[in-house]
Amino acid sequence: MTAWQNEVFEALKESGVQQIGYVPDAGHAITIRRAEADPSIRAVVLTTEEEGVALTAGAWLGGQRAALLMQSSGVGNTINMLSLAGNLRMPFLAVVTMRGEWGEFNPWQVPMGTATPAVLEAMGVLVRRADHPAEAGLVVRAAADLAFGSSVAVTVLLSQRLIGAKVFVQKPEERVEGGWREAGQ
Amino acid sequence: MSLDRRAVMAELVRDAGDLLVVAGLGSATYDLGAAGDRAENFYLWGAMGGAAMIGLGLALAQPSRRVLVATGDGEALMGMGALATIAAAGAPNLAIAVLDNRRFGETGGQTSHTGLGTDLCAVAAGCGWQATARARTMAEVAALRPRLRAEALFAVVEISPDEVERFLPQRDGTWIARRFRAALGIGPD
Repeated sequence: MTAWQNEVFEALKESGVQQIGYVPDAGHAITIRRAEADPSIRAVVLTTEEEGVALTAGAWLGGQRAALLMQSSGVGNTINMLSLAGNLRMPFLAVVTMRGEWGEFNPWQVPMGTATPAVLEAMGVLVRRADHPAEAGLVVRAAADLAFGSSVAVTVLLSQRLIGAKVFVQKPEERVEGGWREAGQ
Repeated sequence: MSLDRRAVMAELVRDAGDLLVVAGLGSATYDLGAAGDRAENFYLWGAMGGAAMIGLGLALAQPSRRVLVATGDGEALMGMGALATIAAAGAPNLAIAVLDNRRFGETGGQTSHTGLGTDLCAVAAGCGWQATARARTMAEVAALRPRLRAEALFAVVEISPDEVERFLPQRDGTWIARRFRAALGIGPD
């Protein structure tokens, strides 16, 4: 899965993004690592996703392009802060790794993953989606052109199918008192 | 705790020069507007909890300029995680001043957490801010002013909870933001 992740990073960099706020996700791991290693980009680790919306507003006020990386569960945390995008009519670009859809093991990820597109659209954010590795970089590039070219808010959802379902246990499980564990422990 | 918030803000932004100022929603925005409108002022009317992070994005984008975030205790409390994020990021040109009346002033004056035991200077220090300060007199506020323009300082100014007359600056965000960017010499994106 590394090729498309590299293409996502390159799409952000070649779109002129100089600040990247993030709440980590495995699907963003390469983008984050490359952003931290790149002297032309400031990578800012956040305690909550709404901080990233405010960070991008400040970056834009100061003349820099910024992007926010997060997981779908974090989209809910951004709702009121997204009012900045409409009120300032500023460019906003987020890349969201989806949970709670294809092959999800953890039911606690399902509600926010299911609601993610509707929540973003309710706040006036344009939603784009990449389902296949070959299109991820292209979709991010097009979203960046749209966001920065016309000062609108755009989010790219990276499908869980693209990322792969999170594997919690590597071996068959066996029932034990109080829960389950990997067999053979 | 008898300090008048308007006098405090006026002192903090006195002789502002090219200082970039971000004001948190509510009274901090009214105080900043009352101190004198400037293109380098950014007034928030919403996005509660976001003032400090807007300050960080701005400070990182404009490393040669000084950025001051002036906000209230309620706004700072809502975005308290930003104190950890900013300390971790490191922004030597960013300072924060919290005008602390220990109240949610916009909503009926309910006691806030700073009135119930939270010490925001201790929180900031715990998040890794190397410089924190607390001011209780106008002489201490005057001493803060140069530090807020030279250090990565987190300051709390204890102000009176008395309500003051509303002063409403411009609230069209598109206009405020583009005037601000123009003052920095930034055109369309």
